[in-house]
Amino acid sequence: MADMIPTPERMKRSQRPMPEQDPKKRVRNFDEVPLGYTAEDAIYEAQRCLQCDPPPCVEGCPAEIHIPQFIQEIVEENFASAYLDILKTNSLPAMCGRVCPQEEQCQRTCIYNKKGKPISIGRLERFVSDWARKQDTKEELPEIKKKGKLVAVVGSGPAGLTCAADLAKMGYEVTIFEALHKPGGVLTYGIPEFRLPKKIVEYEVDKIKELGVKLVTNFVVGLTKGVDELAMEFDAIFLANGAGAPQFMHIPGENFNDVYSANEFLTRSNLMRAYKFPEFDTPIKVGKKVVVIGAGNVSMDAARTALRLGAKEVHIVYRRTKEEAPARAEEIVHAEEEGIVFDFLTLPVKILGDEKGNVTGMECIEMRLGEPDESGRRKPLPIEGSNFVMQVDMVVNAIGTTANPIVARSATSVQTNKRGYFTVDEKTRATSREGIFAGGDITRGSATVISAIGDGKKAARAIDSYLSSGGSLRKTSLKKMKSS
Amino acid sequence: MHRIITKKKIAPDIISLDVEAPLIAKKAEPGQFVIVMTDERGERIPLTIADYDRKKGLVRIVFVVVGKTTAKLSLMNEGDELFSLVGPLGKPSKINNYGTVVTVGGGTGIASIYPITRNLKEAGNKVIAIIGARTRDLIIMEEEMRKASTELLITTDDGSYGRKGFVTELLGEVLREKKNVKKVWAIGPAPMMRAASDVTKPYGIETIVSLNSIMVDGTGMCGTCRVTVNGETKFVCVDGPEFNGHLVDWPEFMNRLARYEQLEKLSFEAYRRERGK
Repeated sequence: MADMIPTPERMKRSQRPMPEQDPKKRVRNFDEVPLGYTAEDAIYEAQRCLQCDPPPCVEGCPAEIHIPQFIQEIVEENFASAYLDILKTNSLPAMCGRVCPQEEQCQRTCIYNKKGKPISIGRLERFVSDWARKQDTKEELPEIKKKGKLVAVVGSGPAGLTCAADLAKMGYEVTIFEALHKPGGVLTYGIPEFRLPKKIVEYEVDKIKELGVKLVTNFVVGLTKGVDELAMEFDAIFLANGAGAPQFMHIPGENFNDVYSANEFLTRSNLMRAYKFPEFDTPIKVGKKVVVIGAGNVSMDAARTALRLGAKEVHIVYRRTKEEAPARAEEIVHAEEEGIVFDFLTLPVKILGDEKGNVTGMECIEMRLGEPDESGRRKPLPIEGSNFVMQVDMVVNAIGTTANPIVARSATSVQTNKRGYFTVDEKTRATSREGIFAGGDITRGSATVISAIGDGKKAARAIDSYLSSGGSLRKTSLKKMKSS
Repeated sequence: MHRIITKKKIAPDIISLDVEAPLIAKKAEPGQFVIVMTDERGERIPLTIADYDRKKGLVRIVFVVVGKTTAKLSLMNEGDELFSLVGPLGKPSKINNYGTVVTVGGGTGIASIYPITRNLKEAGNKVIAIIGARTRDLIIMEEEMRKASTELLITTDDGSYGRKGFVTELLGEVLREKKNVKKVWAIGPAPMMRAASDVTKPYGIETIVSLNSIMVDGTGMCGTCRVTVNGETKFVCVDGPEFNGHLVDWPEFMNRLARYEQLEKLSFEAYRRERGK
């Protein structure tokens, strides 16, 4: 029995690594890179946990997972119970176990950091959810008393799915509206198969549908119907439409043919399955020498996708250094292992092309780091006269995304800030209009899946208290319409 | 969800479909478009809404078979359901009472210009419509256009019907004769829209074109449809599809339109081989 392992013994163990596909092989396929723990690995790792009381890890988890409990269940080899423990608060465990930056969340506060590496909570979460999926472990829910109130969720990304699942478990009738033909938002169109297999997204979405959540795809809120119209039909609305609009650098040559936004490049490959062209109809082009601008997770995804699609050489240019790069350390390592070349302290100033629109190169300028700026990071400054031309034939712009105004335009009295994001109460996710809540990237700009999940949970709670205390967006909106 | 109610072959390789889509029909306005997918493996392609019936909950799309997706769409029959249909997307045409206006439709662009023409006339305009195609067989929606406009002029490249020549030549003649044309709409293949813009430019008459860019999501998410208009980058899907033709960077637009030409050809050929089996 695990309980028998004495603490000093447990503490001697080092973190169990997770096996991964060989970099040389994986650059030629879209299969998942990490292979996951075996049961033996998981038990070994779980046995390291000291079961702190109070547990510092839980504080770092926006999904409010009962971390020590589920780890103890693994120790006792009750994998199904471990899964059900997680599912109580997090409806997307297999996704979280893969794409949540645990090193910044739960694992950051793990007591082991004082002497070594933290418990691999993410890998354990991934292990139990994969195990449960293979067994198709069902959650037995107590009879849910229907509350007879309707909630609309705009967007089926991590924030929307979480909020919908939590509300459905409370007895609300939830309808999710999704603009694309498949649910999942960024989990589906943005994150590549080799990091988050789509069958996992589909499985977890199906589980949420089994809770009674209705999913309407091909429905663009703001065009098919506006928020104001939905406000007449639903008792509350949660806006979680993401920050979907790509940003460009506004440098000359950005509209040449083979300049992609990361959104386009990844959407073609992930959502439309262009990596299987012509078996799937959507085409995608990839150059011989590709450069990706930016050093966030999306840049790593784009660069690694380009490699898998057949690019001979892929560079990432970033105007600061590796230290400031916003991508997860793990993603940078993965990219490096696969042979992606990083050009730090490099700023593109112009994309060059021929008259047919083909990209022939990218002019850059070298940078140096100056004094810290408002973000606390040292400000990159151009070194005059250091311009040079990179010989590339394709450019992917991954400098970030911003708010798409379509949803907000259709929402009277829902305030947005200068950048087009909904302004909300941090705790309740309430917007300026009663009965309308918002969360995820459309309230903060592109961030992480886990922060979106956290928002979804907070909003679900606030919507429950709004509706429980007699609030109804539908009634208020209809009344207002009649009186005007 | 989106059942094909009526299918008509209105010219060789040109198909008209009425599709069940009550929510889209309720909101659709001239100038807007939908994104269509035939099946799960399909591409997302934008098609202009050629008409809508709010009461019956139908939208009409008209397309010419040019590649794999349109070929697959042409093989769907009444009663079949589209895998996906989303809309109405893009900004509607600005329909006002301008006085005298000219609408020009080339090829399947006739289907796009039709609801604009009709609504312009309903708004009180005198609408001179010019439609044209390569040859007589390819002139579509003639009767509808005749009803929708105040005056209908027809051209064919080979002279087999109406006047011999291009729609742009006729547009030039109309502008020379009538001094009071306030606005022009020209929709068709890119070279035609560009040529129409060139014809109207010396007259200083605002000329609206509807850009048929490549799109994926159609809601401003991917940016594949971007085009330079008056020196600024615009997204056709959300800022358009209509723009002032005098301000469009045509060479860039046409380059971007041809980006996937080779792959599209490859995919269409493979599909035809497969079906030929």
